[in-house]
Amino acid sequence: MSALLSVQGLRVEIAQRHRVLTAVDDVSFDIAAGEILGVVGESGAGKSVTGTAVLGLLERPAYQAAGRILFDGRRIDTLDEDAMRALRGREIAAVFQDPLTSLDPLMTIGDQLVETMRTHLDLTQAEAVERAARLLAEVGIPAPRERLASYPHEMSGGMRQRVVLALAFCCEPRLIIADEPTTALDVSIQAQILDLLRAMCRERGTAVMLVTHDMGVIAEVTDHVAVMYAGRLVEVGPTRRLLAAAAHPYTRGLMASIPDMYRRDEELMQIPGSMPRLDAPVPGCAFHPRCPQALARCAGERPPSFTTGASQVACWLADPAGRSAA
Amino acid sequence: MSFVLGRLGQTVLVLLVAAFVSFSLFRYVGDPVNNMVGQSASLADREAMRAALGLDDAFILQFARFVGNALTGDFGMSYRFGQPVATLIAERFPATLELALISMLIATGLGVPLGVWTALNRDHWLSQVLLAASLIGVALPTFLIGIALILFFSVWLGWLPSFGRGEVVRIGGWTTGLLTVGGLRALVLPSITLGVFQLALILRLARAEMLEVMRADFIRFARARGLKPRAIQYRHALRNTLVPVVTMIGLQFGNVFAFSIIVETVFQWPGLGLLVIQAIQFADVPLLAAYLVLIALCFAVINLAVDLAYVAIDPRVRSGGGVRRTA
Repeated sequence: MSALLSVQGLRVEIAQRHRVLTAVDDVSFDIAAGEILGVVGESGAGKSVTGTAVLGLLERPAYQAAGRILFDGRRIDTLDEDAMRALRGREIAAVFQDPLTSLDPLMTIGDQLVETMRTHLDLTQAEAVERAARLLAEVGIPAPRERLASYPHEMSGGMRQRVVLALAFCCEPRLIIADEPTTALDVSIQAQILDLLRAMCRERGTAVMLVTHDMGVIAEVTDHVAVMYAGRLVEVGPTRRLLAAAAHPYTRGLMASIPDMYRRDEELMQIPGSMPRLDAPVPGCAFHPRCPQALARCAGERPPSFTTGASQVACWLADPAGRSAA
Repeated sequence: MSFVLGRLGQTVLVLLVAAFVSFSLFRYVGDPVNNMVGQSASLADREAMRAALGLDDAFILQFARFVGNALTGDFGMSYRFGQPVATLIAERFPATLELALISMLIATGLGVPLGVWTALNRDHWLSQVLLAASLIGVALPTFLIGIALILFFSVWLGWLPSFGRGEVVRIGGWTTGLLTVGGLRALVLPSITLGVFQLALILRLARAEMLEVMRADFIRFARARGLKPRAIQYRHALRNTLVPVVTMIGLQFGNVFAFSIIVETVFQWPGLGLLVIQAIQFADVPLLAAYLVLIALCFAVINLAVDLAYVAIDPRVRSGGGVRRTA
């Protein structure tokens, strides 16, 4: 199966006055049609930047410095703004973190839906309104027809994120970039929104790149996981396998930091130290200063990506040559 | 509806306070009797005058009489001109209102589009030029602009008149210079002079607000929805910049109206400003008090209009939530 989205060797730099920072480096992953890929990592690991790059929405001073992004076999990172705009919202849609600020406060949600659909699809006003009402019903908004005339401020955060989902799905895209879609919501609402997102994707065969820092979300919703650290991918693989037997020490640390309600006496695991800042990159493996299993070579040589089973792991511990030598 | 009624109540209160302040302040400006009677007037003459004008009565009684008369449009007789104050003001009012209106039209009509344009084309050389020019516009004193314009367009080029209203047409009690070529030509220089500062101010505010809104999440989401740049810029961004810009335009309109004195002096514009200068020199209390009440009324009406504009622009005001800025 060829990938719907293929990111190859992506590098994003941020130009500053006297230097260039690297926000994302050498990131490669594929998303198959209908697949949900979770991208996980700490704040500042480059998850959102990667999603923004796929959408073609990087803004100065950030820019794509290297790599290729292919959608449905076609290279999209070199498209001009008009061609990319036609793709955005139509084939690749987005859901952002904060539903309270994602919607235009001065426009009814019906108008925002109709506007999006009529930009991309050949619909009359009446058809678009009809379809908007159906979408609102589908995302679980009661009295959808009346709600079309509502303004965002008249709805709760959870309701607004449902509207944002309706906006993302309104043109039947094949890929959705969901950037922390539940982080700003109450815990009780989070599960509802995630369920809705997953159900709508499964029904339509929509693929999702789900950016999150919440391992619980990863475990619940995703098919595959890409773990990012300091702008690089450290491990990519099927979610089940990563949850059961993560190969990279950082991924294992993340797993151990998930609160477990059956072990309430134990102290919550945490990874000591913090991720290197963009302006102070660490040579070798970026994780080695915090790694409990760091080898001598980790400080000097950056590990390439090794294939172990269905996963790719950027760690010397996974080096088949090293293992056989040890 | 209750919103409008509430605002109207506030307006009345504001007007009463303004009337009280203006009336009591000008009680201490000077003794008008000194100016009205000649040097040779006897003490008895002065006392008689005082009594005739009601200046001997208790302060509160004078104020009550002032408000009562004002409600019927009677602001008393001008000490200086010996004519009813209401007549004097009615004669001058159209000149000032037209001047203020035209200059704010120029300032808004150019300031908002230019501000938006400079925000959307930040790196264009013309943006830098416009921004620098707007700084100069904010910094230059009004009278200097007026004199420079007169020198250039009236003295050197001889294109436009340097003083007065030109030909005016009388419609009912209103005199207008908007219907004759001469009247319009006379309006050009003073309205530009009065409008330059406002133009610069509105341009800079519109630019700043537009830049801020273009950074907002909902604009980023609109881009992610694949909307066309024009739709994002005008349908979404511009509307969201309008609330503060409309507030500013309203306040500045009041200012233009109230402080057109300088421009009216430079251009010998027969408006309220010129009248007020004369009134101040003469301690013409009834005229000054009426003028201040009128200015307060103008501000109150403008504020009411601005509030109504909010209601039209922002649905959050309609539902009584007040204007909250989205980050």
